[in-house]
Amino acid sequence: MKVPVKIRVNGMLRESEVEPRLLLVQFLREVCGLTGTHVGCETGVCGACTVLVDGDAVKSCTMLAVQADGSEVTTVEGLSRNGKLHPVQEGFWECHGLQCGYCTPGMIMTTVQLLERNASPSREEIRHALYGNLCRCTGYSHIVDAVEHAAQKGRT
Amino acid sequence: MTVTEENAPKVKASHGYIGRAIKRVEDPRLIKGIATYVDDLKIPGVLHAEFVRSPHANAKIKSIMTDGAKKLPGVVGIFTGADLNDNVGTIPCASPIPGGKSPDHTVLAGARVYFVGHPVAVVLAETRTIARDALDLVDVDYEPMAAVMDPEKALEKDSSLTHPELGTNVAFTWSLPAGDVDAAFREADKVLKLRTVQPRVTPMAIEPRGCVALWHAGESSITLWTSTQIPHLVRTLLPGLIRIPENKLRVVAPEVGGGFGSKLNLYPEEVVVSHLAMRLDRPVKWIEGRRENAAATIHGRDQIAESEIAIQNDGTVLAIRSKIIADVGSYCQLLTPAIPTLTGLMLCGCYKLRAVRADVTGVHTNKMSTDAYRGAGRPEATYMIERIMDLVASELGLDPVQVRLKNMPQSTEFPFNTATGLMYDSGNYQAALAKAQDLAEWPKLLQERDTARKAGRLFGIGLSTYVEICALGPSKTMAAGGWEWGCVRIEISGKVTVITGATPHGQGQETSFAQIAADWLGVPIEDIVVFRGDTAMAHFGRDTYGSRATALGGTAIVMSIEKIIEKAKTLAAALLKSTREEIEFKDGKFFVKGEVQNALGWGQLASEAYIAKNLPPGLEPGLEASSFFEPSNCTFPFGTHIVAVEVDRDTGQVNILKYVAVDDCGKQVNPLLVEGQVQGGITQSLGTALMERTVYDENGQLLTGEFMDYAIPRAPDIPEYILGSTETPSPSNPLGVKGVGEAGTIGATPAIANAVVDALGIRHLDLPFTPERVWRAIQEKGGGS
Repeated sequence: MKVPVKIRVNGMLRESEVEPRLLLVQFLREVCGLTGTHVGCETGVCGACTVLVDGDAVKSCTMLAVQADGSEVTTVEGLSRNGKLHPVQEGFWECHGLQCGYCTPGMIMTTVQLLERNASPSREEIRHALYGNLCRCTGYSHIVDAVEHAAQKGRT
Repeated sequence: MTVTEENAPKVKASHGYIGRAIKRVEDPRLIKGIATYVDDLKIPGVLHAEFVRSPHANAKIKSIMTDGAKKLPGVVGIFTGADLNDNVGTIPCASPIPGGKSPDHTVLAGARVYFVGHPVAVVLAETRTIARDALDLVDVDYEPMAAVMDPEKALEKDSSLTHPELGTNVAFTWSLPAGDVDAAFREADKVLKLRTVQPRVTPMAIEPRGCVALWHAGESSITLWTSTQIPHLVRTLLPGLIRIPENKLRVVAPEVGGGFGSKLNLYPEEVVVSHLAMRLDRPVKWIEGRRENAAATIHGRDQIAESEIAIQNDGTVLAIRSKIIADVGSYCQLLTPAIPTLTGLMLCGCYKLRAVRADVTGVHTNKMSTDAYRGAGRPEATYMIERIMDLVASELGLDPVQVRLKNMPQSTEFPFNTATGLMYDSGNYQAALAKAQDLAEWPKLLQERDTARKAGRLFGIGLSTYVEICALGPSKTMAAGGWEWGCVRIEISGKVTVITGATPHGQGQETSFAQIAADWLGVPIEDIVVFRGDTAMAHFGRDTYGSRATALGGTAIVMSIEKIIEKAKTLAAALLKSTREEIEFKDGKFFVKGEVQNALGWGQLASEAYIAKNLPPGLEPGLEASSFFEPSNCTFPFGTHIVAVEVDRDTGQVNILKYVAVDDCGKQVNPLLVEGQVQGGITQSLGTALMERTVYDENGQLLTGEFMDYAIPRAPDIPEYILGSTETPSPSNPLGVKGVGEAGTIGATPAIANAVVDALGIRHLDLPFTPERVWRAIQEKGGGS
């Protein structure tokens, strides 16, 4: 049995009939073809699949597509506007906040939420905010630099 | 041509890209979410593979019933070992030890399973969801048996056997007698003993493995996209296993989401997926789940060593005798035996030991195989020797810094020959140590410790002065060759295409190689594109592992550019109506000496080279060259890490108060990337030191099968690192680079261990320093509050 859903993804309305068990991340990757959102653990620990659902950072492997029915979802593909990078994307680029890049979309989306809630986080607050996003490459130091850079950019 | 110190070209730093902290050219696609990892490939008609895996560590397979699963709509086929194993070859080990005993590593289990996660059957279905549903309907009847779990007990006479047909659990033995060990022990004032246990850890790249195979029936050829560090080695190894000629296989490592050694292997899934794509004439895709990654992708470390150390009362360390037991798990994978043997070779650390004896025993147990995990044998050696240095200091009542200085070679003694037969290329160990002490504000730090201790706090300082080995070569010492290949093409427009046989997967060589090429050619970096990871484009390669890519791959690019410059000079001479000897090359321009106003640039020369109307007699069209760089020696990066910790007496929690690292990786091409590698390396090691351990229970059940049970460091766990560097160029390549991919991982664990042991005021404690383990150590010493 399939269930109809309407989800606005990066500003575009996506209507589809989905299996009730389809995860939001599968909906984004397989139905919408937006493969920037990655799957790293399927248990909600690693955070690679983080997207914004109605403005809240959500691990999209722990949410069903049907639960997102009627919601607005923003993925990493939806951040840059008119070819201009989002300040958070710029920060990650400027500060070498990524290596293999696999955790990066989730890191970026979590950071977007953080800076919307706290425009001037301390390094400690940044580290705390990124607690739910695992990175095995960078050691997080450059990621914290990247978030600081983005925060500064966002304020100016 | 082999580049030697004498004929090495000097850096033509016309734009000065080398040495600059340039942001990465590969980042835009990654930060926009438009990069293509294996799981992102969209291939029409693809079938999805899922593997039925053993829930038992050691069991006989009595029967496999697939009827129920086959009836599930959307299931296309189910294959067991009986269906597959005779049609494909077995998984290779490229570094076998003579006399070693290992069973044939069939791609699917035969009559028995040997570890939890062992692939037993494969399901192919139209969607991944259906394939997963079908897994539950495959009914395997197992007869479980006692598992062999403890590598020391596995060596006892009455132990049950991992592989009964071998008659032993010993996979291999290897001995390194280097120097007169017995004489050193006779001359010793004292002999110390130390048992070190380095636990098994799980690499946990955030992107699990995965692969897609596409069979091109018309050409009888196959393309395999796989999340691997070694597409070229896969292309060398896989054709024989799936019975096609090598030139009918193209291997592509697209965007790869981290490796750390765990993707430095040929795995059964790659063979099965390739074979089935051919057999069914359908594309086949497999994406590893996290639980599979934890259970059936290689693990690292897992060594127990009993060491004896011959010392003199002045702190001189004469010799070490170590018996090392390496738990290799159920099979020897690609480099499994090479890991503990490298530990033996690196046991001298950065010290002038007179003699070393290492006796390594590889032991089969009912676990996943161990193999190269970031550092691959060197972290193990460094942990041993650096713990030993602190032990020597504490036994003799000496300063750990002074003990180290006493045993280090001076910078004038390089190249330095170790007791174990290695030739350390260049070094100034004292300078790195001094710089680290400066950054750590050493006298103040010692004072802080005194003050803290007077107040009853558990405050400790630890250091490690490490040396490691990178850019492994020459080829005669390596199973698959130690060279690297590169190709440079000046396109007809003057743009530059660089193709490397190295396969960076996050390290950033698309940027650093562009920096090297831009400087050597004298062109803007924007004119350069670097390709990697596709055997159809990079015709040769030995890929990326052992921190080899820049030292070896970078040099192959430099050699190719030198060839192109030579050819371009001949062409320029003809066009400028001069002689070759009169032509100078500077800042990307070719000109007759003194006539720089009439210079020709790369664009003009390339256009002439390809249009080929005005070529001098005998000069071939085109402006392209490729090169193999064969190194004459490895490189030996080094450094000093200093850590201050405070242990919470009530909880056993270790808090890192200060972390200083000074690393010398030779010439730095891009300091930003170097910093990133060091920070990432230290962090992985911090995980090994404080929280990570792969745990199987006594029945062989994997208790750390996913991120909910296996802790890796998170952002709040990491202190603000204080980093510094020294630059001692390597004489082994014209760039003077050494390698930095693993340095942080090698230097960090022993420094943290020494700090924790110092804080607790005990003789020794093994990894990982979890609160419970540390708390118990405090209680044992009677130091609880």
